[in-house]
Amino acid sequence: MILTLVETDLEGAATEVSLEAVTFARDLSAAGNGVPVDAVVVGEVSEDLRAELAAYGVRTVHQVGGEGVAAYSGAGWASAILTVREAAGSVVVMAAGTDRGNELMAHVATRAGASMAANVLSFSGLAPFVVTRQVVGGAALEEMNLHQRPAVFTVAGHAVEAKPADVAGAGEVVTHTPTVAPEDLVARVVSTAEPEPDESGALSAAKVVVGAGRGLGGPDKFGDVLELTELLGGALGVSRVVTSAGWRPHHEQVGQTGSRISPDLYVPCGISGAIQHWAGCSSAKTILAINSDAEAPMVTRATYAVIGDLHEIVPAINAEIRRRGYTA
Amino acid sequence: MAPVGVLVCVKRVPDITEEVALTADGQSVDGRRAGFTMSAHEECAVELAVQVAGAGGGDATVLTIGDADAVEQLRNALAVGCTAATHVLGEPFAFGPTDVAREIAAVVRDHESSGRAHELVLLGNDAADSGDFQVGIRLAYELGRPVVNGASTVAVEDTPEGPVVVAVGEGPEGQETYRVPLPAVVTIREGGVEPRYPSVPGRLKAKKVPIEERQPTADPTGAGRVRMTLPPPTPSAVQILGEGPEAAPAVVDVLEKLGVLTPGKVTP
Repeated sequence: MILTLVETDLEGAATEVSLEAVTFARDLSAAGNGVPVDAVVVGEVSEDLRAELAAYGVRTVHQVGGEGVAAYSGAGWASAILTVREAAGSVVVMAAGTDRGNELMAHVATRAGASMAANVLSFSGLAPFVVTRQVVGGAALEEMNLHQRPAVFTVAGHAVEAKPADVAGAGEVVTHTPTVAPEDLVARVVSTAEPEPDESGALSAAKVVVGAGRGLGGPDKFGDVLELTELLGGALGVSRVVTSAGWRPHHEQVGQTGSRISPDLYVPCGISGAIQHWAGCSSAKTILAINSDAEAPMVTRATYAVIGDLHEIVPAINAEIRRRGYTA
Repeated sequence: MAPVGVLVCVKRVPDITEEVALTADGQSVDGRRAGFTMSAHEECAVELAVQVAGAGGGDATVLTIGDADAVEQLRNALAVGCTAATHVLGEPFAFGPTDVAREIAAVVRDHESSGRAHELVLLGNDAADSGDFQVGIRLAYELGRPVVNGASTVAVEDTPEGPVVVAVGEGPEGQETYRVPLPAVVTIREGGVEPRYPSVPGRLKAKKVPIEERQPTADPTGAGRVRMTLPPPTPSAVQILGEGPEAAPAVVDVLEKLGVLTPGKVTP
């Protein structure tokens, strides 16, 4: 059995990257004679979530609850996932390549005495089980042999497109209330502060992100870009240069050491596209770059580009959006 | 506050901004042209180590596993306030996450048995080159310690029950706080602190600090790496919508096609 951790958002719905991971699990199942795909969810499984996972071909939805997982702890949640794994007998344990996914799979692998492959894009064989994963922030690939069982890995964002199964799974909910050892709860979250309303806490989940880089020129030159962000109902994401210079706060940074975004549309303004930044935005479905340099890596990798001074182009776009009757 | 012995672990990684080159055997990144640096996460970890050590009159030791050239990264950490350095000599790409965790744990145990406890071990939450996302966690299990992953700030507080590390980081639902009794392991993400620049006296002092050199305790078992490859170059398929502000209508056509605009209440 293949056990996939499904992360949920604040409304209790499966995150897009988790559905991608389930889709990846199904591909693996198809290659492995139809071994069943199960999901593990920490917390409440609503009927909507159950039905969605069934549509994605999930046989059993393992719902994990109880005191041991009430607050987040890497070790505690991993021990709960391993309880499910033992009960269900899975040979693969996997998750989406999010911060939580990578952390939990590292705990699971260590506890199970197995290797862990982070940010897997594809697999090339089952015996031996060889995966290809992103290294150097996605600028290089590594083929890695995951010969131990369980095989533990995470799936890189947008490695596959999330799509429901041709044949739905039973989607039967099984509830687990595992006992978690006290030592696994020593490092747990004791408080969570709500993100400030003006912070782009939702940057990594945003459908549209407007990017701003060195080309902005200074901390007081973000007005037009912020207006465009508002008109597109999106979030602002900036390059490392911008946060290092103190123009914008670090939580807005997109890149290898900032947020990794996977929006439907990314509009980088004045961002050249160094590897550090590209590592955080390469999963965008469509990129519309605005840059003065037609040879910049961001431009050559974009879907669409406008060449010129962003301080002239962005206000013109904002005006055109309003002229056609659209609002923020 | 009671003095805290901090160990901060760093890795010499290729300083890649544009093109990645691989070695001929496909086993590692060739950084000879790009040069080398310390991962950004680890620069922050060094800064936090120096702050925590300084706050209680403790000490910060920097550790790396790497070839002879990795001494450059140790000296850089010494120049900003670490006071001791340990160098485990080895080819870093031969070491998998389990190997690295084992070697760091051996250093922690050896130092402790000679009277130098490292109550707090800090690492980056992943390495900029190998991207494994697991060394700190494996180390914690090796040492039987609790671990906080991906914190952006750490501070140590005294409590009646003993010293506690307060680690704060971004979680999926907002800023998360952990309070964990020492000894502990914390992995660091960039963003909580601004790493200081080394002063000239700091650099001169760093040159004089003796560096403890060690051989690995066991042959590395590796990371299961078959080989590394470069992604096939994707030919540019960019559609240039125009130059300057005259391109605005073409841009908005695309935005309309993508369905990302919200129709207003009043149609002009």
